Amino acid sequence: MTSILLNSITVFVLAVFIGIEIISKVPAMLHTPLMSGTNAIHGIVLVGAMLIAGSADSTLEQALAFVAVVFATINVVGGFLVTDRMLEMFKRKPTERE
Amino acid sequence: MIVPLALSQTAINVTYLVAGVCLIVGIRRLSAPRTARSGNVVAAVGMAIALVFTLVDSDIDSYWLIAAGVAAGTAIGAVSARKVKMTAMPQMVALFNGVGGGAAALIAAAEYHRLAPFSGHLPGDAIGAMLFSALIGSVSFSGSLIAFGKLQELMPGRPIVFSGNQVVNGTLFGGLLVFGAVAGATEAGVWIVLLLAGALAFGSLLVLPIGGADMPVVISLLNAFTGLAAASTGFVLDNTALIIGGTLVGASGTLLTILMGRAMNRSLANVLFGAFGAQVAAVPGVAGGLSTDGKTHREITAEDAAVMLAYARKVVIVPGYGLAVAQAQHAVRELADMLEKRGVEVKYAIHPVAGRMPGHMNVLLAEANVPYPQLKDMDEINPEFPQTDVALVIGANDVTNPAARSDASSPIYGMPILDVDHAANVVVLKRSMASGFAGIENELYYNPKTAMLFGDAKSSVEKLAASLKQV
Repeated sequence: MTSILLNSITVFVLAVFIGIEIISKVPAMLHTPLMSGTNAIHGIVLVGAMLIAGSADSTLEQALAFVAVVFATINVVGGFLVTDRMLEMFKRKPTERE
Repeated sequence: MIVPLALSQTAINVTYLVAGVCLIVGIRRLSAPRTARSGNVVAAVGMAIALVFTLVDSDIDSYWLIAAGVAAGTAIGAVSARKVKMTAMPQMVALFNGVGGGAAALIAAAEYHRLAPFSGHLPGDAIGAMLFSALIGSVSFSGSLIAFGKLQELMPGRPIVFSGNQVVNGTLFGGLLVFGAVAGATEAGVWIVLLLAGALAFGSLLVLPIGGADMPVVISLLNAFTGLAAASTGFVLDNTALIIGGTLVGASGTLLTILMGRAMNRSLANVLFGAFGAQVAAVPGVAGGLSTDGKTHREITAEDAAVMLAYARKVVIVPGYGLAVAQAQHAVRELADMLEKRGVEVKYAIHPVAGRMPGHMNVLLAEANVPYPQLKDMDEINPEFPQTDVALVIGANDVTNPAARSDASSPIYGMPILDVDHAANVVVLKRSMASGFAGIENELYYNPKTAMLFGDAKSSVEKLAASLKQV
């Protein structure tokens, strides 16, 4: 096993525990916004899409990478905007301001 | 070719660490009502950091493809996120989730195509991760599209089941494992094409038999899948930002799926293979051991219902998807305001899965400025129904069905429901006697205490309000 792979696995395992830990006490009314918010976060796949698109050689790879960039961008931009729209609805709660 | 402003890989990884911390803090804040909105912003900032510093990676030697793709994606994403109605949120989330999964699969396919000519040089972990991304990403893509089609009512929302469904799924899944193994061993392009096509079919077949109130749970599960697919592309590209971001969603999404299932008393296996409501849809009319024939319901006019509400001491409004579809939330708030002016105590009973998704109804009512303290969740409101004079059910169906408590043969048996039948009177606003999303009869409507007011939720509520003025 290479040390790069070992590092990746370490990050992966720790992230699994953090991911479970940070949402363990979420009220049901936030299930939809939270699903939508985490949905936007997996748009991080755009990082991968950009790396591929920036170094694609053949036409086929360029086509695949282009669609991947479009898809991932929709995921990121749409995801965060839609989540914000949902959460905006909660903002005028009189008692619940920080 | 090295771009002049290229940072070292180490420097980029430092920015990824910062981005990862932002994502974690963001999700953490998203899970508490007071901090949720800022949490979304923190996560978006983390995302922006990761994306901007990826651009200075020395692997990137051409920007036009990225620029064009990001421009197109931003336009599509921003416009659809802005235009979508609040009621259509669940399918919008499904769609955004699907394209994320599709992106992961495409990345895997492109990377496989780039590296496959040097057969035998691919390390096992890289090709394994590639195939995993391709598989899970495609399943998430096609599954989410089917979920979108069902929720958007482009196809029937009910479970679609054919005989041997599970045998076909099982065989197909076995086939996918074989395609994957051969693709890994031979590194020949045809096998990954077969894997992608098979995975797309498998994703569709997985979601087709699911319907009813199980839909949000499935979308949440596919959300977790896409997270894992993204994390897996991180292993392909040795990229920490992808591993952190993807894994966080994979793990938290899995837990969220379990929490949602628990709120409905459904296990994940039950959701995936239970075909909720399927048999009952085929053989309607059997509820609580009685046949539909001979059971009668009682209709009521808006005027009579208004009188009943006006002289009640306590009214509990039970909103459901029918209210959301009719965009009746503002009309309902006006009705509630009028009742309160008359000294009637008004509360809203929110079932965890009212609407199409957990929390969906809270969002809709908040949009109509319903005071937050009036929104009561199921556990809070159920003990209050016996002291309630009128339970006003607006476009809610399955979540009020007493069969969930009493009828062990009902497909929704065991699902926690709102005990509206414990109120002194029940007024149900509904378009017709048709069954709900789960496709089963609701014996509440045949209860002698229950009166039906037929019509579109919004116009019925407006009629009630108009009649109330005359009382």
